[in-house]
Amino acid sequence: MDNVTTAEGIAHAEHGHEAHELSFLQTYVFSQDHKVIGIQYAITALLFLLFGFTLMMLMRWNLAFPGRPIPVIGNFLGMANAPGGIMLPEFYNQLGAMHGTIMVFLGVVPLAVGGFGNYVLPLQIGAPDMAFPRLNMASYWSFFLGGVVMIASFFVPGGAANSGWTSYAPLSVIALEGQTWWLIGMMFLITSSLLGSVNFIVTTLQLRAPGMSFMRLPFFVWAQLVTSFLLLLAFPPLEAAGVLQLMDRVADTSFFMPSGLVVGDGPLEISGGGSPLLWQHLFWFLAHPEVYVLILPALGIVGEIVANNTRKPLWGYRVLVYSVIFLGFMSFIVWAHHMFLTGMGTTISTFFQTTTMIISIPSVVILSALFLSLYGGSIRYTVPMLFALAFLPMFGIGGLTGLPLGLTAPDIHLHDTYYVIGHFHYVVAPGTIFALFAGIYYWFPKATGRLMNDLLGRIHFWGSIVAINCVFMPMFITGLAGMNRRLYDGGMQYAHVQGVMEWNAFMSYGAWALGFFQIFFIFNFFWSIRHGKKVGNNPWQSTTLEWQAPSPPPHGNFSTPPEVHRGPYEYSVPGASSDFSMQGEAPGADPEPAKV
Amino acid sequence: MEIPYTVAVRPDTGLNNVKLGIWLFLASEVMLFGGLFSTYVLLRMGAVEWPLGAEFLNIPIGTVNTAILIASSVTMVMAYASLKLGDFAKYKTYMLATVLLPVLFLCIKGYEYYEKVQHDHLPSHSTFLAIYWTMTALHGIHIIGGIAVNGYFWGPGSKMWHTKPAMFENRVEAAGLYWHFVDLVWIFLFPVLYLL
Repeated sequence: MDNVTTAEGIAHAEHGHEAHELSFLQTYVFSQDHKVIGIQYAITALLFLLFGFTLMMLMRWNLAFPGRPIPVIGNFLGMANAPGGIMLPEFYNQLGAMHGTIMVFLGVVPLAVGGFGNYVLPLQIGAPDMAFPRLNMASYWSFFLGGVVMIASFFVPGGAANSGWTSYAPLSVIALEGQTWWLIGMMFLITSSLLGSVNFIVTTLQLRAPGMSFMRLPFFVWAQLVTSFLLLLAFPPLEAAGVLQLMDRVADTSFFMPSGLVVGDGPLEISGGGSPLLWQHLFWFLAHPEVYVLILPALGIVGEIVANNTRKPLWGYRVLVYSVIFLGFMSFIVWAHHMFLTGMGTTISTFFQTTTMIISIPSVVILSALFLSLYGGSIRYTVPMLFALAFLPMFGIGGLTGLPLGLTAPDIHLHDTYYVIGHFHYVVAPGTIFALFAGIYYWFPKATGRLMNDLLGRIHFWGSIVAINCVFMPMFITGLAGMNRRLYDGGMQYAHVQGVMEWNAFMSYGAWALGFFQIFFIFNFFWSIRHGKKVGNNPWQSTTLEWQAPSPPPHGNFSTPPEVHRGPYEYSVPGASSDFSMQGEAPGADPEPAKV
Repeated sequence: MEIPYTVAVRPDTGLNNVKLGIWLFLASEVMLFGGLFSTYVLLRMGAVEWPLGAEFLNIPIGTVNTAILIASSVTMVMAYASLKLGDFAKYKTYMLATVLLPVLFLCIKGYEYYEKVQHDHLPSHSTFLAIYWTMTALHGIHIIGGIAVNGYFWGPGSKMWHTKPAMFENRVEAAGLYWHFVDLVWIFLFPVLYLL
């Protein structure tokens, strides 16, 4: 947290006469500064990502070598989970449910929105802070508590939730206590996202610096704005669903419990009349927009980095903005394409199939615009650019493999197979998470005043890109062969997947190799905070406002209130004296010499 | 640098931060109760039989409670209007009424709940009662939140009137918007649960 020390140090130097002295707790723990909160969010989320990934590395052992004891780690998992080091199916289910929950709700979204959004968005629009600093702090701590509840649920009798991250009823209603903890944890996370999204929207609309019109907003800000609307409007129905499921579990209601349900040795003593399908509708009404919550901030980050490293404007800025807005609207009416096989009826399926095909259009437009931005550029292959470049084809694979799933006929075969797992992991892992890595390498010098180590970054990139494809590419093969996604032994009992079983071990080695290459990142991250190469305010020679602020920015962000005179990506403007014109530079004035 | 537009209106959006924030919060609340009302519609459509509200619920009591909440909305408006006219004493009176009326509402609601428990009409009894308990309880939590906020602006929070009157007016307006929303939810809940 060296960077924070420096930020606060400057803050005190500049505002020393007026600032009331903040205690240690107020400065570092219960801070209301958007930059400290952003870093808190980012580091917490990175730890959760590591934890969620570790759960997966454990699961991959059982998929590769079913029934064999897990070396070393197996001894620490407890008799109830892995007697003799051999993982029980019940424990595998817990790991699966919690891997999904943690990666989505505690890892990627808090890093992309809470971390990058908090740190970068106010700087990019020239604001002194978020509009509601106290709500911002409450948002982080609500997220933190949600995370604590989720982790604690591993230690309650029967372990953590084990009904998948989707928590389908009625399975989740009859599940053990861990599911109740899951629901309570989700309530905290939903509260956190509500506070955050209100704050982001108000900040973006109200606190833009003079001259920062909507069409001068960096693409990242647009992506965060649309994301915030999705979080604001899509999460509450899940909260409603969570309340109803909690009632089903605690007060024995039957919102999601049909009449005549037989469990174990007899029919359940319930009033019945509920609808399991209702849970799925309410869940996916959140969870499909959630997919775009995962991907839009990533697209925003990639947009920034691509423009900066090709030294030319983003191709079709306006088209990108309109596409993102259209994508946001459409994402609310595609949710039931997750439910083609539930028997909800062919008419509804056809409707959602159509909207799903329509939503692929803005996605393709955005990806094409980013590809076209590369054309004719003199590309600098920096580490952030490598991750951003890798994002493009990886997200492309993830998106295109989604089309067969969005059509009702092929989905009959592909539903609930490893093909689905491969599809959405290509979107989120080598897609979004690579973009988030790109963002960390890109904005690290802004937060700390130091660059991350280049060689370690390159090892991290090349190792990860090879390993991650070894994990996810074979999933398309096993999935097309019909391997079900939820089998704890990888499908040993099924004759039709015996021909592809050997891929299980291959994918597991890929996952562990991927874990190995993250060590380079973790080391680099902490080492560079103290020992990275010192740089000035604008090491990448970028145009947007955050690079005009000191590195790290002091409390209140800008030494003089910024004014905006031009669009976000004026790179290589003919006739200009340097190849980048910063948004805050007055026209005609001599640009500041680049401080590298 | 101070955070701009906490009180003043930003010219191009026509709003200050607080007002935009509370409207966004209410939008999310609409989605929350929207999810619950959709649940009601879907479950009722799929039900084999569905009781009339009057079979379980007491319509006169519900009507009284509706009147109480509407009255508290009126006093809320009067409180805000008094503040705008600079009459702080009147504001205090109306705000006190806005705090006490929903307390009365909760007492009556509590009596209704008590009666249900006496007759063993618990949420597990039927889907109708499950919906009734869940939605009225969630609405009740919103009422409690409103009482807490309005009580604060009636009591300790009202000191701000003497130091930053414009900001205090904004806060009361935001609290008022929330309070009207909570009333509005009840105005939907009452016919849906009691009359239909």
